[in-house]
Amino acid sequence: MQRIVIAAVSGGLFGAGLLVSGMTDTNKVQGWLDVFGAWDPTLAFVLGGAIMPMLLAWHLTTKRAASLVGEPFPAKPDPKLGHNLVIGSVLFGAGWGLAGLCPGPAIASLSWGGTGGITFILAMIGGMVIAQPVRAQIDRLAAA
Amino acid sequence: MIETDWIWGLIGGLMIGAAAAVYLLGNGRVMGASGIIGGLVDRSGLSTWAERVAFLAALVVVPALMLPLFSTEVSTNITPNLAVVVAAGLLVGVGTRLANGCTSGHGVCGISRFSLRGIVATVFYLLAGGIVMVLFRHLLGVI
Repeated sequence: MQRIVIAAVSGGLFGAGLLVSGMTDTNKVQGWLDVFGAWDPTLAFVLGGAIMPMLLAWHLTTKRAASLVGEPFPAKPDPKLGHNLVIGSVLFGAGWGLAGLCPGPAIASLSWGGTGGITFILAMIGGMVIAQPVRAQIDRLAAA
Repeated sequence: MIETDWIWGLIGGLMIGAAAAVYLLGNGRVMGASGIIGGLVDRSGLSTWAERVAFLAALVVVPALMLPLFSTEVSTNITPNLAVVVAAGLLVGVGTRLANGCTSGHGVCGISRFSLRGIVATVFYLLAGGIVMVLFRHLLGVI
């Protein structure tokens, strides 16, 4: 039960932050990416603001044995980069630029995003479904 | 000159970071939106389905409840071109699962941990997004 309450507090705060910061507005996201247009630096303030509490949080994980619910803190990921990290990030960035939405803001704006918002979420879920066969295909090509 | 939007961006950003801190220090997990959804979609995270659903439900409900606080109409201003929306959604879905993260997981949680993977992912998705703006807005004029 405790885990569920913590997750809900986190999700709610995340959604509130996305709305307040303007990140649910695709114009602000595309404005940031559009360096050669009417460039909008807001996203840098959002990312900078978001990193600050997390610097403290990661520091605290080194001082404590485990999280509040007793779950160990996530291990540092394998530093190996791999082709899927790069290919995936390029594909994600292309989609992010096309619509100005990434997964968090897409979900957060579900209640007012209309047909376009719901269509984006359904397509994103479809993309997540085909990700496994796509990954297998890429790995086959990379091994060849 | 500091614009109001930048200050709201900073305040909202601090809230996003606080949300990630609550998830990390509370549940011992990295707050990545694509991972939380993706684990339900491909069933890899079914053992923790309840906290994923709780996170996503609050992510939808809390901003919905806040809408009356805004004096102007809140809009996503998403393009009416549904072909572009579908293509974008597919790319975001495939890409975030291949890369194991998006703006929240790699960007917010990864960079703050000085994770090389998070930093490299962020550089590539920012570059790709910028190139897409040049191609599809300035050259082709479709977005």
